[in-house]
Amino acid sequence: MSSISSMHSTMKATTDNRLLLPLPDDDGAPFWEYAARGELRVQACAAPDCGEPRFPPRPCCPRCQSFASEWRAMSGKGRVWSYVIPHPPLLPAYAEQAPYNAIVVELADAPRIRLVGNLVAGPGAPLNSVPADRLRIGARVQVVFSDVGGIAVPHWTLDR
Amino acid sequence: MAAAITATGLKDATAIVGIGQTAFAKQLPESEKTLACQAIISALHDAGIAPSEVDAFSSYTMEETDEVEIAKAIGAGDVTFFSKVGYGGGGSCATLAHLAAAVATGQATVGVAWRSRKRGSGPRPWKNTAVQLPTPAQWTRPFGLLRPADEIGMLARRYMHEYGATRDHLFNVALACRNRANQNPAAMMYERPLTREMYMTARWISEPLCLFDNCLETDGALACVIVSAERARDCRQKPVYLHSVAQGLPSQHHGMVNYWNDDPLSGPAWTAARHLWKQADFGPQDVDVAQIYDAFTPLIPLSLEGYGFCDRGEGAAFTEGGALEIGGRLPLNTGGGGLSEAYVHGFNLITEGVKQLRGTSTAQIPDAATCLVTAGEGVPTSAVLLRS
Ligand SMILES: [Zn+2]
Repeated sequence: MSSISSMHSTMKATTDNRLLLPLPDDDGAPFWEYAARGELRVQACAAPDCGEPRFPPRPCCPRCQSFASEWRAMSGKGRVWSYVIPHPPLLPAYAEQAPYNAIVVELADAPRIRLVGNLVAGPGAPLNSVPADRLRIGARVQVVFSDVGGIAVPHWTLDR
Repeated sequence: MAAAITATGLKDATAIVGIGQTAFAKQLPESEKTLACQAIISALHDAGIAPSEVDAFSSYTMEETDEVEIAKAIGAGDVTFFSKVGYGGGGSCATLAHLAAAVATGQATVGVAWRSRKRGSGPRPWKNTAVQLPTPAQWTRPFGLLRPADEIGMLARRYMHEYGATRDHLFNVALACRNRANQNPAAMMYERPLTREMYMTARWISEPLCLFDNCLETDGALACVIVSAERARDCRQKPVYLHSVAQGLPSQHHGMVNYWNDDPLSGPAWTAARHLWKQADFGPQDVDVAQIYDAFTPLIPLSLEGYGFCDRGEGAAFTEGGALEIGGRLPLNTGGGGLSEAYVHGFNLITEGVKQLRGTSTAQIPDAATCLVTAGEGVPTSAVLLRS
């Protein structure tokens, strides 16, 4: 994790075709470094008698105030908690794919941890690769990692 | 040195004695600074108070014209209190709360709150990707969750799923605001009636939200003047008292992307409401008219629940049967609100509340004596109870 602080100044804000890239802060950087290895991990308290997971990442545990934390591996399974179908006006790179979906996924391993993402046909598929009528709240999904401008970003596929 | 400020120290201690506004339009030629000065001078004239007497200012952190510019332009004297409140439209009523606290505790005597904005002709804030902070943007924007409409649409879809709310309920909200705007010559939608067919066939912005679920884009400015209750009795206008004020930042709240706690559908309204009612001499059942922040239609059912007009999950059903119209259970946004009068970060909801209690609204509720005004739900918020 030693490269975290140097990531900030050198990171691009968008891909070449101007999709937005994640701009990690100090607390969030490990999430993206694990994602680059194909691992979905969530920050959790490392105090022995606590262990509470938390998202978004932050310096200390709101339950016990410990500053000790770990990055806990998740199975990558979850359910769609909600979704929207954005239409223009949008930033140009997103307008080109609209209407597409944006979803919130509730993780099976930690139901109160929810991640914003996209439901796609497979790794690297466009944001509009799943027809809107396939989306429903409660649908089981599985994480995949897409290469977006050289950054590994968690996306989701329908779990059959 | 015994504490003079008790738990009810702000109750009815101050009053709004002046209101001012510019025209509302998609595009106005004046600068934001000029519009701000016009609204403020108009409010002071309404109050019958000289600009040289103003010694307190409060506005939003998003306000572009600062106190220094305003004070020297309008000819204010020595200013001894100034504050800015964050979180966009969540700060509207908090500007009044801060001034009330300042005046009630002797930090100032004449306070001005204002908001000036060229959102109609200016850039869309979400298009500026350069100023997005890393948290929580890194968790949302790469996935195309770009605009407030997308962020609130996510909560709206979940709300509809959990409680059986429908697009007809959201239409009830849009229609009530539009009907009031049709009575208000100053409203941007004054001559533009809305029908159910127009609503149901409108273009999508972010499903489940369509065009008419979204507020207007407006150039305009508004202001109001606050003094002590004692001084208010000698002013030109009938005083409208600040009966109770509250801000609200709930435990584990995340702003407009409030997806990461136990109960994302219980927003800051619930926190502000608990504090607001605790200090008040009356309850939700005694509110004659409400001005509820309506950047998006789903904020109305969520706020109706948060402020205690109905139980959790009943906000959508509450809108049925004309409840929000004149003569209904809770007439709201009687100038047309952000959806149909003007979207100036909720400040027109404050001035409309004052008009109702003065008896001068274009959609006057007979003998209105109490009004709830709320700021943006879904972000750290604020609210005031006004009484005549
Ligand atoms: Zn802990």
